[in-house]
Amino acid sequence: MRNPLSQKVVGLQPSGIRKFFDLVSEMEDAISLGVGEPDFDTPWHIREEGIYSLEKGRTFYTSNAGLKELKEEISKYLHRHCQVQYQPKDEIMVTVGGSEAIDLALRAMLDPGDEVLLPMPSYVSYLPCVILSDGVPVEIELKEEDQFKLTKEALLAKITPKTKVLVMPFPNNPTGAIMTREDLQEIVEVVIEKDLYVISDEIYSELTYGGQHVSIASFSGMRERTVLINGFSKSFAMTGWRMGYAAAPVLILEQMLKIHQFAIMCAPTTSQYAAVEALRNGEEDVASMREAYDQRRRFLIHELRRIGFEVFEPFGAFYVFPSIKKFGMTSNEFATRLLEEEKVAVVPGTAFGACGEGFLRISYAYSIDSLKIALERIEKFISRLS
Amino acid sequence: MRNAILKALDKNSKRTPKELAVMLGYEEEAVRQEITQMEKEHIICGYPTLINWDKTDLERVSAWIEVKVTPQRGQGFDKIAERIYKFDEVESVYLISGEFDLAVMIEGKSMREVANFVSSKLSTLESVLSTSTNFMLKKYKEHGMEIAGVSTEDERMLITP
Repeated sequence: MRNPLSQKVVGLQPSGIRKFFDLVSEMEDAISLGVGEPDFDTPWHIREEGIYSLEKGRTFYTSNAGLKELKEEISKYLHRHCQVQYQPKDEIMVTVGGSEAIDLALRAMLDPGDEVLLPMPSYVSYLPCVILSDGVPVEIELKEEDQFKLTKEALLAKITPKTKVLVMPFPNNPTGAIMTREDLQEIVEVVIEKDLYVISDEIYSELTYGGQHVSIASFSGMRERTVLINGFSKSFAMTGWRMGYAAAPVLILEQMLKIHQFAIMCAPTTSQYAAVEALRNGEEDVASMREAYDQRRRFLIHELRRIGFEVFEPFGAFYVFPSIKKFGMTSNEFATRLLEEEKVAVVPGTAFGACGEGFLRISYAYSIDSLKIALERIEKFISRLS
Repeated sequence: MRNAILKALDKNSKRTPKELAVMLGYEEEAVRQEITQMEKEHIICGYPTLINWDKTDLERVSAWIEVKVTPQRGQGFDKIAERIYKFDEVESVYLISGEFDLAVMIEGKSMREVANFVSSKLSTLESVLSTSTNFMLKKYKEHGMEIAGVSTEDERMLITP
């Protein structure tokens, strides 16, 4: 019998997070700080709108790109928050989570051999999606001394004649790093000079603390070379609804839409109606969740430092990325021992790329009281090490 | 700072000044002083606990009583409200718009106790014209917190990217 499998797919490394997850799920009564999704329920008025759409029998396909009124709300939202204008008609599409949009953008833009720059550590799906699109992933190592920001020098060092796309994953999972207007300015100059395209994954944009999120698409000359990706999962606590979107110039978006049309048809209809409500009446929910995250962020950083971790202060997403280098263990050893000895699950930094070695990702999508219990256990663990 | 402290304490009055300082990004001493000051100004009036009595073996009956009164010259509703809220049985009193004038929350050990209070104390007051008593059957939500049928389980997977 012939081998039924594609060598390209077989060759993909399974997510590092997967292996650790299997370990965690075998451990009974473990408490976890390993989750990458909000602990809040979707605000009730948004859920209610989903229920209402079902009651009304709105159970059919929508057009491929999504409901007209949703695209219009997304357009207004992007204008309000990112100062960029996108035509609802042909520059915005609704996707099944931000993840689908990442996949579509890469598939629509890459030819075999095109190089894609990936700042690392980063979300686990960029690299495999590049490979599946026959692109060549080129990692850019982000450094703690740069607060895990992408710098002009690091970017320039990796650009070759084959470089086509730069993925911009900020606010960043797992580091919590953000890029300010000044930080972005020097990246924009390089991107334009070297004629690159940008896929900007801004899924955590609403979770920016102590300042406003800045979209790279808002810089002069960048709108035409950017695919802006965002969604509802993190900002409105809607992970299970699978609602994301992409905004891009027609030239790129119509090709993304073609793939989406054949592979997905359309994003779930119920979720789209709920998403319209989220954008129309959900700003206050976002603000109050952001405030809660910010309180936990301060609390967690303070406590981790008190216990003896070296922590760079993140201003985005809901993760801290403390260094464990001084404890003389690998990330994986540390996380495994912490799990086995104190039953606390955190994610080893290496799950997000080899350069995550020496770090842990700790999520603060947990109540302060849950954080307290976990921190007590972590403190016990640390005190035994020294 | 005041509003930030109040919002945080409103959700959880057990937060210490030290915790509040860390969570909100202020100095501990400043938070401590602000709280003391607000206690003095009677902005913070107390730190009660939200209890689901249905889960205890203590018998408690609550009623929501709407009261129609004749306001008194020169004192409006305040005087009559005071005569009502001074009773120990009374949990809270609100001046309301609509068909009735005052809403009175009563807590008692039994239905009889509440009924006695209404018939012998409340409706005998000279300014009280009429009352309408509503017994509470079940408490679902109070102070913004869901009380009945709350699941505290975290249904998320333990690790997600």
